[in-house]
Amino acid sequence: MLPILEYRGVRKSFAGAPPVLDGFDLSVAPGETVALVGPSGSGKTTALKLANRLLEADAGEVRVFERPVEEQDPIALRRRIGFVIQEGGLLPHWTVRENVETVTLLLGWASDRRRARSEELLRMVGLPPEEFSSRRPRQLSGGQRQRVGVARALAADPPLVLMDEPFGSLDPIARKAAQNEFRSWKRRLTSAVLLVTHDLREAFALGDRIAVVHEGRIRQEGSREDLTMRPADDFVREFVSELAS
Amino acid sequence: MSELSRFFWERRAEITALAGQHLALVLVSTLLALALGVPIGILLTRKPRLARPVLGVANVVQTIPSLALFGFLIPIPWFGGIGARTAIVALVLYSLLPILRNTHAGIVSVDPAIVEAATGLGMTPGERLRFVELPLAFPVVLAGIRIAVVVGIGLATIAAAVGAGGLGVLIYRGVATVDHRLILAGAVPAALLAIAFDLGLGAVEKRWGPRR
Repeated sequence: MLPILEYRGVRKSFAGAPPVLDGFDLSVAPGETVALVGPSGSGKTTALKLANRLLEADAGEVRVFERPVEEQDPIALRRRIGFVIQEGGLLPHWTVRENVETVTLLLGWASDRRRARSEELLRMVGLPPEEFSSRRPRQLSGGQRQRVGVARALAADPPLVLMDEPFGSLDPIARKAAQNEFRSWKRRLTSAVLLVTHDLREAFALGDRIAVVHEGRIRQEGSREDLTMRPADDFVREFVSELAS
Repeated sequence: MSELSRFFWERRAEITALAGQHLALVLVSTLLALALGVPIGILLTRKPRLARPVLGVANVVQTIPSLALFGFLIPIPWFGGIGARTAIVALVLYSLLPILRNTHAGIVSVDPAIVEAATGLGMTPGERLRFVELPLAFPVVLAGIRIAVVVGIGLATIAAAVGAGGLGVLIYRGVATVDHRLILAGAVPAALLAIAFDLGLGAVEKRWGPRR
């Protein structure tokens, strides 16, 4: 099966600084969850933002839906890709329901169809619409905001979802719950997910495949077993060993 | 005091008419300043390199003594002359800065994470402006409008100097005839108008503020 998201020899640098990504290769198959894990500053968020054209690569190729991203209209492309960020990134002046309906509104869905879809998703992420629809983000806990962020990303049933440290701001208990929930909705949906995290434990818990990134390159990708039993280099060995301690 | 209130009462028709003129001057100039200031403020957020010089010029205009500005405007062909038009041009120039500055500041201060989320979800720049930036900047813009209106009510008393009418007419007449009652007949209603608008717009601001 052709990958739904693919990076080939990608390089990206920001004004004057050494490249954040250099020789970056990665692919995500349809329906698959790839956890991109690495220390802060390793370039993982940059890689994610290249996929929905929030950033543009200097060299190499980024392909989404089997076409180079730079050939695609960024607005249309982003509406087909779910996007979840830390803290949810919800619009503070909109209600929960309006937030979940953002993309379907942009896509011009009729209001009853938008409403039915948002209620379905709120139920799926465990926020009964009767209780939560008309609340505003500041009236929610961090975990609830994060779930609204997930519901918003999934509203238009995107074949690909990008998640940037989605659980990064949650306390350990809420984080655990959010991860369990992630697995439960992931089982029900066919979307592929690229999940960026600095937390190896989270990468192991959620990723079908784990890719370790350091200094702008993928050092190793594979299963938990591959990484722990057969680390490709010293960096991976050390990175993985932190879990044991 | 009772003599003064009788004096006011006898001239109530004239005071009301001049207060009406006064408010009309402020209202028209504030609307024009909004029509100019909000789009320019938005433009400055899109072209950050223009922000400093444009805000600088608006700041300098603000420092020109108002009486002098009226004087400068009189000989200018299209904008100037004697009458309401000159007064409105001057009032617009003064109201522009707070509205322009607050529109710019309000949009720039929107949390970049929210702007990026909106972009990442597939909003066009226009949709982002309409759905995200303007609503979130609104309380700040409103604070600018409040300043513009209150300052405008005070400044509009000088409009009488160029024959534009308003409550300044009474003040100038009072100064010319050394009649304190006439000065107060212009100054007290002007002050009351300023306070009323300050409180009213302040209440609107409070109503909209906590939505952030």
